[in-house]
Amino acid sequence: MGQVTMQTERNLLDRRWVVKVLLSDRRDLLVVTGLGAPTYDCAAAGDHPGNFYLWGAMGGGAMVGLGLALAQPDRRVVVITGDGEQLMGLGALATIAAQRPDNLAIVVLDNERYGETGMQRTHTAHGVDLAGIARAAGFPDARIVRGEDEVHALATAVRQGRGPLLADVKVSPEDLPRVLPSRDGAYIKTRFREHVLGQPAA
Amino acid sequence: MHTVQQTDRAAAAIPPDPADWPAGIHRVLREAQVRQVAYVPDAGHTKLINLCHDDPAMRATVLTTEEEGVALLAGAWLGGQRGVLLMQSSGVGNCINMLSLSKSCRLPLVMLVTMRGEWGEFNPWQVPMGQTTQASLELAGVITYRADEAEQVAETVEAALHFAFDSEVAVAVLLSQRMLGRKKWVK
Repeated sequence: MGQVTMQTERNLLDRRWVVKVLLSDRRDLLVVTGLGAPTYDCAAAGDHPGNFYLWGAMGGGAMVGLGLALAQPDRRVVVITGDGEQLMGLGALATIAAQRPDNLAIVVLDNERYGETGMQRTHTAHGVDLAGIARAAGFPDARIVRGEDEVHALATAVRQGRGPLLADVKVSPEDLPRVLPSRDGAYIKTRFREHVLGQPAA
Repeated sequence: MHTVQQTDRAAAAIPPDPADWPAGIHRVLREAQVRQVAYVPDAGHTKLINLCHDDPAMRATVLTTEEEGVALLAGAWLGGQRGVLLMQSSGVGNCINMLSLSKSCRLPLVMLVTMRGEWGEFNPWQVPMGQTTQASLELAGVITYRADEAEQVAETVEAALHFAFDSEVAVAVLLSQRMLGRKKWVK
């Protein structure tokens, strides 16, 4: 892997750089990752006990984030997922909007592809607007992110903004080298709970 | 003005009505310190849903589909809160792949399922899922309990709560359609 560049030749954001910016100086930020590339992106930014990696349960990322955000109202929670994963959980956007957790952000790394299965075009490649859907559902902050400055603004909003927030970040559909965190769900769960609740998490 | 403790003591002085099983479930949920209640409504769950919404110690979240609840309660547990998922038997099929979350991460899960399609059912569309609810859950790795009499409900749910949270397993309590009563189609 070469130098991490911010934007590709098509002027789309580099997903690894986006995640690196979002998770730099993360302090007590809690992170849920959607299966596939977002899980690898978050691992590439640095493994952390405050990361809960999904390797399956497609469509469930945002809802795991909601349950966590409701249980920990004084912590900031960010779900970093993909367009395919979020498209499978569109109903979750309605459920989250109805609950209005102000400490929850959903960041969709939108490459307009099903990257794990052969780069088939997703609905967002056909014009479906995830931020528009979130806004119509009632998210007070729903945005499309295309530029580097907007990524830095998003990093601030994830930490301080009044959510729920959904950001659809348009990223390059490159197939990047995989960075694999643990696939042992029970281990990741126990490690996460000890991080949040202190030891031993009974 | 009553303190919470006094109110609880006053309530404890009145023997619980065994026929009022929704109040019995609510009582054992409180005792187990359940904080999040996720549901897709069913007529059989109406009273319990109202009790949970009215309880300031509980957060009741209405879902668009039942599988959302499996993921929601995973997040709740990661954040240190206990939850339960209420649904009708028709919703069990919607949960199947999401149940891999509970299994893979050894997460506790308690599902309270009101049964359709098993006792004097009027609507044939309820029968396929109602007749395969228990087998589907068991295939997906969920331990199932049944409650056929109102008097068994609170005790069964209480056992499910302890089992799930103490042993980190997924448990479903199936509330029988015979106990719930047949749905009245002509009002």
